Amino acid sequence: MSHHHHRNRNTGNGLIALGVAALAGAAAFAFYQTQGRNRVAHRPPDSAPGRLGRNGRDPYAVVGRSVLINAPRSDLYAFWRDFSNLPSFMENVRDVAVSGDVTSWSIPAPMGPVRVETRIVNDKQNEQIAWRSTEASDIETHGKVTFRDAAPGRGTEVEAVIAYVPPYGEVGRWIAKAFQKEPAIQGRRDLKRLKMLFETGEIATNHNRKK
Amino acid sequence: MRALTWQGKHDVRVETVPDPEIVNPRDAIIKVTSTAICGSDLHLYDGVIPGLISGDVLGHEFMGEVVETGPASTLKKGQRVVVPFTISCGKCFFCERQQYSACDNSNPADKQDLSEPLYGHAMGGLFGYSHLTGGYPGGQAEYVRVPYSDVGPLVIPDGLEDDKVLFLSDILPTGWMAAENADIEEGDVVAVWGCGPVGLFAVQSALAMGAGRVIAIDEYPTRLNLARDLGADVIDFKQTPVLETLMAMSGGIGPDAVIDAVGMEAHGFAPDTIFDNIKQHVGIGADSAHALREAIMAVRKGGRISIPGVYGGFLDKFPLGALMEKGVQVRTGQTHVQRYTKDLLHKIGEGEIDTTFLISHRLPLEDAARGYENFRYKQNEWTKVVLKPGTGAAS
Ligand SMILES: NC(=O)c1ccc[n+]([C@@H]2O[C@H](COP(=O)([O-])OP(=O)(O)OC[C@H]3O[C@@H](n4cnc5c(N)ncnc54)[C@H](O)[C@@H]3O)[C@@H](O)[C@H]2O)c1
Ligand SMILES: [Zn+2]
Ligand SMILES: [Zn+2]
Repeated sequence: MSHHHHRNRNTGNGLIALGVAALAGAAAFAFYQTQGRNRVAHRPPDSAPGRLGRNGRDPYAVVGRSVLINAPRSDLYAFWRDFSNLPSFMENVRDVAVSGDVTSWSIPAPMGPVRVETRIVNDKQNEQIAWRSTEASDIETHGKVTFRDAAPGRGTEVEAVIAYVPPYGEVGRWIAKAFQKEPAIQGRRDLKRLKMLFETGEIATNHNRKK
Repeated sequence: MRALTWQGKHDVRVETVPDPEIVNPRDAIIKVTSTAICGSDLHLYDGVIPGLISGDVLGHEFMGEVVETGPASTLKKGQRVVVPFTISCGKCFFCERQQYSACDNSNPADKQDLSEPLYGHAMGGLFGYSHLTGGYPGGQAEYVRVPYSDVGPLVIPDGLEDDKVLFLSDILPTGWMAAENADIEEGDVVAVWGCGPVGLFAVQSALAMGAGRVIAIDEYPTRLNLARDLGADVIDFKQTPVLETLMAMSGGIGPDAVIDAVGMEAHGFAPDTIFDNIKQHVGIGADSAHALREAIMAVRKGGRISIPGVYGGFLDKFPLGALMEKGVQVRTGQTHVQRYTKDLLHKIGEGEIDTTFLISHRLPLEDAARGYENFRYKQNEWTKVVLKPGTGAAS
């Protein structure tokens, strides 16, 4: 009796396995029909910003974000161009020292503060500011912030793109993410705070008391 | 100060927490004189909205006296104000278009990370409603810090007592917007699911906008009676099959517009409700949507669906085919409160709208936990609870 029972269970499992295999087969066939047979040999670049492409080719991690800010392009450019303004909305930037084209930044990081030194490599008034790290910098990075007029009445589109070689490679990037210090997270929040500052004159907080 | 805090599912307590102070230039501090418990608070009480932290102060329907103002506030000490539950900056893309609940600036930047992956976009800030919408301490408290006090708060003329104007903070504009979103035309048949405060104000608004017949659906006799008093026909879904009845009451074509004023915790003994509830109990993110499914099935071809009821996550067995094939219009959203407050205050002042019929219980703030429990488990008798900080005994 128990032997018989056992064989029955086995047959049951076998049937289920067969069913799953049949379903998987059907799914694979459907995928082949729609995707496989409609193969595209070459994909010309589309209109998305370069930072969003799926095929990264270099050691740099590229992060970026666009925000719409209800303020004139020239005001936003001028505010950003004076780097001493940046700590007012960049949570992670402590000290900024500017001398000529070279700026040095102190940024707290999970494994101790990082000193970044950058030089302006492109400065187009009211359009773009681009920078690149110098030899003396702890981190190899380059980036740019671009200011474009949005549709009439909508203000300015501000886009920041930062490329950097993650310290300690991919592992370092994970650790930074866990501490919410990763540039993608920081950059996103910083741009939102810039937007708040320009549109509302203050930075939103749910804190009920001053520190 | 004393404030009602969330401690966990079905556990809320009045505790002593630090008084708020002015933090940003546009802030004001309000000393609360009246504050209500909302059906939305029950979603928090039941633990079906994610993003609460134990100790959070709840409450988003409140009014009171201005006691402190930041340098950029336009309010004056001593003014009586009703505060919209939506926190709106008044300056962003959305606020400029009067889509106040979509404000892009009121939710703090780090909190926006919570709703952006969930909804594709970050939500605006709301008082006392989880960290998805900013984690702002709420109004079931003695004092509240009100951001952007030059935009939101509505100054109330002397002579209009609290009970007449308190609901301008949420449910009155919510019922109004629910009806507006149904694009009601003269003579329309409009069906409203839920005779809670939101459903009742939607009934009242739909009739004011010219509906020929409003049909209100619920299971609680007291609530159905309030709807009847406003001028609605009613369906008790425990007695009567809703779909067939609506067809019979609309000449066989179905209601021109349907309003879901139930939201994510619909009840009713139906297979979809049972599955939805099981999923809600094993994890967050699943909505129970029997009322919405029924509303979509009921609406006539080419009709309009308005959804003021709150949903937070995902849903299956959704009648997407009916939605598409019938060519209907769907409008939704947290209420753009600031868009409606002035007009509705005027209507209250003129005696065109009464809101006091709704209040079944007034309690001191200290009894807030009892208010939650009864509003949740004695829905037939407890239709709306107003808390009065600073008062002693229950009235
Ligand atoms: N959009 C907004 O800005 C906004 C504002 C306030 C409230 N809300 C939401 O509106 C909804 C209603 O709020 P409320 O304060 O009236 O809540 P409530 O809990 O007092 O009322 C809900 C009513 O729905 C009834 N109901 C439950 N299942 C039903 C079903 N299957 N068919 C018909 N009726 C059913 C209940 O019996 C109850 O009377 C909630 O989801 C709330 O979160 C939305
Ligand atoms: Zn409410
Ligand atoms: Zn705004």
